[in-house]
Amino acid sequence: MEVNRQILIEAIWETLYMVSISLFFGAILGFILGVTLVITRKGHILENKFIFSIVNPIVNIFRSIPFIILLVAIIPFTRLIVGTSIGTSAAIVPLVLHVGPYISRLIENSLLEVDEGIIEAAKAMGATPFQIIRKFLLPEAFPSLILSVTTATIGLIGATAMAGAVGGGGLGDVAITYGYQRFDNVTILVTVIILVAIVQLIQSIGNVFERKLRRVG
Amino acid sequence: MIEFRKVSKTFVSGKRTITALENVDLTVHKGDIFGVIGFSGAGKSTLIRTVNLLETPTSGEVLIEGKNLQKVSKKELREEKKNIGMIFQHFNLLNSKTVYENVAMPLLLSKHTKKEVEQRVLEVLQFVGLEDKIKSYPDQLSGGQKQRVGIARALVTNPSILLCDEATSALDPQTTKSILQLLRRVNEEYKITILIITHEMEVIKEICNRIAVMENGRVIESGNILDVFSNPQTETARNFVSSVVHDEIPQSVYRLMEVHNGRSHILKVDFVGVSSGQPIISQVAKKFNVDVNILFGSITELQSIPFGNLIVEVIGDSKEVQKTINFIQSDTVNVKEVKGHGSKQTNFDRSDLGNVVHG
Repeated sequence: MEVNRQILIEAIWETLYMVSISLFFGAILGFILGVTLVITRKGHILENKFIFSIVNPIVNIFRSIPFIILLVAIIPFTRLIVGTSIGTSAAIVPLVLHVGPYISRLIENSLLEVDEGIIEAAKAMGATPFQIIRKFLLPEAFPSLILSVTTATIGLIGATAMAGAVGGGGLGDVAITYGYQRFDNVTILVTVIILVAIVQLIQSIGNVFERKLRRVG
Repeated sequence: MIEFRKVSKTFVSGKRTITALENVDLTVHKGDIFGVIGFSGAGKSTLIRTVNLLETPTSGEVLIEGKNLQKVSKKELREEKKNIGMIFQHFNLLNSKTVYENVAMPLLLSKHTKKEVEQRVLEVLQFVGLEDKIKSYPDQLSGGQKQRVGIARALVTNPSILLCDEATSALDPQTTKSILQLLRRVNEEYKITILIITHEMEVIKEICNRIAVMENGRVIESGNILDVFSNPQTETARNFVSSVVHDEIPQSVYRLMEVHNGRSHILKVDFVGVSSGQPIISQVAKKFNVDVNILFGSITELQSIPFGNLIVEVIGDSKEVQKTINFIQSDTVNVKEVKGHGSKQTNFDRSDLGNVVHG
């Protein structure tokens, strides 16, 4: 077998590293943007046409750029942030910018699902806007937020496969350089199986959490 | 307590302007259970929301204990809102929190010690009869129980006003009754002024002492419940009243009038208050040379005062019948002779016709 265990294990770590770090920062970015999109929209607790009309198109722009293009297009910015444009860490910057806006849309949807009556009750109690977000909106949307983050994580795993383009490594990179370019179908198969297993695992964990929080089954 | 002064509210949606409230003048006194009734779209939801400024009036002002909340600072407004509890048609409880956490929520928004919170929450949960459900989640409760949680949550900050926004509209009649009884206890034991909006006349009949009827954003009638019930001034109010007080003359009575003639007079006797307890009918039969036959009757209780009507057939000479009418007629009893009813008789003609065809 061409591909050795060492390379595979290293690739798995690289993938997990890229996914977890960019998920962390992407979630923070997405959370801020998502909450902003919800509360500044028309009729919501901190309606602000100006902020909404800036944030909304920005999110759309980042959502519409294919990741492989974003990856190379922001190389100068990446260099500015992490000091290099090559390697695993360099892949994290575009991954964050890719997944952040995606997460923001998911969070926006989750928060909008919360019954308006809850917000009305909160206002009637005299809650501040911050309290409404913190004590009413987020707890009510939490199970759905967990599913959103799960979905985003899986999307992120797909995106890391392209990180090879900037030398980011990871499972996708192994599949392409060892498998595809050397006609090694076994390697492709093995990496795909590992990726499928990771995705399954993450989805199951997400589902279990969501169910626990919703107290069903 | 709550005073609406020329309150108007218009919504602009696109190019259209919708007037939800138009020059509403209304006063809710301390200790009232004030009911506002109207069909959906009459503006009553908007009206109740102007009290705690979930909706701000376009013009006019709402005074709470003499204070216009639109003029106070945001911080002060949040404090004032703790004085105004609110319950909702769909309860609006947090599904992610237990009954205890839901009820505690208003207290957690400002600084209270854990002990204070616990004591107060248990106290109100006991009051609404849910002390055994503190660890349950809303989706494990029935509709009536959810509304009890809503009431407990509204009471936890010790308000002096409780707003009820169609609070029983999502409940079955049995549960509605028990929730209304609870609201009455809230009014009596905590001395809380209650403002209720509803489209169900049953609710008004059951607990309100004063009412207002709304239509197209305007208050078309208001006053003491007995006055509005016994003497509604507008068509809408009449319709609402007749939905709970059956004062329509039944078909069977008209049918009787067809059969009887001359000596038979049908009287409709409306009464309010104590007179319903007096043996008018038996007195009439003794005093005058007439036969009295009760055809139909309905009695309702409003504010523990009996209120209703009787339809009686009086058989005798016209002179004696007239004397009878004069005898019964008083301040609290109103007598009218029932005459034939054109439109209703058409039905008879048709059924007769049917017979003709078959015969």
